[in-house]
Formats: sequence, C-alpha cells, structure tokens
Amino acid sequence: MEIKILGPGCSRCSATEKLVMDVLGETGVDANVEKVTDLMKIAEYGVFGTPAVVIDGQVKCVGKIPKKEDVKTWIGK
Amino acid sequence: MRDRYYLLVIVGVFLAAYYIPWSAPLIRQSGLEAFLMLQEYAREHVLTCLIPALFIAGAIAVFVSQAAVIKYFGPGAKKILAYSVASVSGTILAVCSCTVLPLFAGIYMRGGGIGPATSFLYSGPAINVLAIVLTARVLGWKLGLARAIGAVGFAYLIGLCMHFIYRKEEKNRESKNFYLPDEEDKIRPLWKDVVYMATLVGILIFAAWGKPAAPVGFWMAVWEVKWYITIGFLILLGMELFFWFRRDEMKSWGESTWGFGKQILPLLFGGVLVAGFLLGRPGHEALIPEKWIQDLVGGNSLWANLFSSIAGALMYFATLTEVPILQGLIGSGMGQGPALALLLSGPALSLPSMLVIRSIIGTEKMLVYSGLVVVFSTVAGMIYGAWIG
Repeated sequence: MEIKILGPGCSRCSATEKLVMDVLGETGVDANVEKVTDLMKIAEYGVFGTPAVVIDGQVKCVGKIPKKEDVKTWIGK
Repeated sequence: MRDRYYLLVIVGVFLAAYYIPWSAPLIRQSGLEAFLMLQEYAREHVLTCLIPALFIAGAIAVFVSQAAVIKYFGPGAKKILAYSVASVSGTILAVCSCTVLPLFAGIYMRGGGIGPATSFLYSGPAINVLAIVLTARVLGWKLGLARAIGAVGFAYLIGLCMHFIYRKEEKNRESKNFYLPDEEDKIRPLWKDVVYMATLVGILIFAAWGKPAAPVGFWMAVWEVKWYITIGFLILLGMELFFWFRRDEMKSWGESTWGFGKQILPLLFGGVLVAGFLLGRPGHEALIPEKWIQDLVGGNSLWANLFSSIAGALMYFATLTEVPILQGLIGSGMGQGPALALLLSGPALSLPSMLVIRSIIGTEKMLVYSGLVVVFSTVAGMIYGAWIG
C-alpha cells in the first residue's frame, strides 16, 4: 500500500503523519509512507488544502487532521 | 550541521558581548527604550487588544467553514465571485502559511487560474484580522482603515492585472479533478455562529476602547462605561458557550487560539524589543539617528514612498512585527504615506516568499507580481500621504 501525506511541513501536517504512523504500528499493516512537501507536487493532486492524505492514488482527506478510526477504515482494518 | 550552527551562534553572541560598547550612553539609552516599549505593549495592548483578537482568530479557524470559501476558487466558479472572495478571504483563511501557499498553488494549477490565485496570495497575509486590529490600535484607526481598504482593493487590482497580462496562457490550462477541504459536520444553525462571533467582536471593541482626547460627547460616554459593557458581553459569551456549544468544540477553539498565541506572541515581543532598541518609542531617540529616517522616508515624496515600498517588499516581517517597527519609524519621523506604502507591500512580500512563489509560477510572473505590488503600494502611499498631510 502506498500512503502519501501532503503538506508543506506545518505542525498539523506532522501531526497527521504521526497519526498515520501510529495507526500502522497498532494494526501491523505494511505500507510505504511518503511525505510530499513540494508545493507543485501537492497541487498536482488537485488538493485545495493541507494536510491531505492520499492512499494508492486516491485522495482520502483534505484540509484537516483525520480521525484515527477513519485512517483504520482507509487501510482496511 | 546543527552543531556547527550552534557554534556560530555562540561565537556570534560572544563577539557581540565582547565588542559592543554596552556602557556607552547611546547603547544604554537604546536598551532602556527596548524594555520601555515592551512595557508599553504589555500594559496597553496585550490584555485589551491582542488576547481578544487571538480568540477571534482561533474562532474563525475552527468555526468558519473553509470549504465553503474555497469552493469559489474552483475551475467552474464565476470569475467575478472568485476575485471578490479571494480579495477578502485573507480575513478568514490566512494567518498560517500552511493554508496560503498550497492553496495558492492549487488555485493556480487547477482552479481559477493566475488571476484569483494572485488575488488570494496578496490578500492572505495582508488582511488577517489580527494585523488590521493591531494596526488600528497602535498606529491609529485611519492607518488601520487605509490598510484594510488598500489591501482588499489591491488584491482585486493585482489579480486582474495578472490575469490581463497572462490571459493568453490561461486558455489551455488543464482542468482535472480537484478536492476541496472536507466539510465539518454542522450542529448549530448559522445565526448562532453569527451571534457568537458578534459577541467576540463586541468584547474586542469595548475592551480596546481608547480614551478620547477631549472628555466630551459619545466617545467619552462609552469610555466611562466600557468595562460594564465588556463584562456584559463576557457574561453573554459564557451563556452562549454553555447552551450552544459542545465541550470538544470549546476545546478545539481553545487549542487553536493557543496555537496562534504560541506562534505569534514570541515573535511579536521579539519584534517590539528590536524596534525599541533600534528606533525607540515615539519622541525618544535610540540607536538609529532620527535624522536618517527623516531623510529617507520623511515627508511624502515619490522617493520616500518608493523606498519604503521596496524595502517592505524585500524585508521579512514575522506576523504582526510590522506594527511595532512602524510605530518606531513613525515616531522617528517617517511620513504617513510611506508608512502605508510599507504596510501594503511589507507583509505580502519578502525575499523568502518571493523564492517560494517563483518555484510555483516561475521567475517572470513572480517579478511582474512583485513589481505590481511595489508600484501600487507607492501610489497608494502618495495618495494617502497627500490626503492626510
């Protein structure tokens, strides 16, 4: 599974990254997590707000720190 | 790398401590001015103005739906609406570069195009609530109002100019799918949110009510009862929070207010100290001789306005620090026109932000954008200076 965290490096973006990592650790799901900080790359996904989470090319959430339960459903747990 | 950086800092501090003639009267005077200016801020502006304004900024960040605003920037949105929303959206969306730059890149690449994108880019940092409120409070309501009007008007104009200059490129921009920030669930009718915001603004206005110069008339009558009115609003706010809001909402309001405070207050206090050290309070001389400032940016000449708008465009002002710096400059003899020019070009542009903007829209467009900001700021400064002076 490919998980991308989009965000230029603000505190809410790192909070999102940490939350996703925590969920992966808890559930034991194996996934590649990549942080995308380049603004042009972020814009290419078409997201109008950060932090955003993209899983396997699908935009899952935009402009807010997701809830733990939501992340669990996205990764299929 | 980090260790080397610390070493440089320590060596720098050591050299400064060793060589600066701390006992010279001018340095002592400047140091004293720095702390007197800090005290002035602590006594006059923090409790009655900054703290309520921080709570308002926090409330806007949590309770105003960003998705509702951002949808006007999408590729399908009406142009005129896109410009109008972009030029006032700074009040609602900005304060954090977290939102401004990704959104700018998004609007440029996928949404309304370069026009609305630059409108938004300019208005974002230029008209946030905190900046306007503190400007009006410290530098006078005329300059605060001129800043607010100038910032909204400029956002419109600069966006339209950019669109006009690059209208040929606009046509073949791709419009693929785009994603707006997710709507938060609504639990209150809109009017309750409006009343709550109005209560917060009421607290700010009456707590910050200044003592009028002459003890007569309406302003004085309000001044005499301002604390009763403020307390009335505070009780009202307490009731609204108790009956209308859930606990977790209040918690996230508190958290976002604290977030802004943490981000802004240390920078502002540092800025006040530096401004006090270099420029002194109004009427008091400090390190930089007043004559230099009067020669460079005194009066309302074209040169003075141009110089201060270029200086503002290149310099980096951390959020709100432009206010104490301008207070020092005006106190040392800067003209009203150049002051407005600096307020209009300063927060919107800086050397670092130019580099980021360049990476998104390219060197040429970045230079055109910066040029427009400098020219418009200079003109606005001259008009305002002529009108006030």
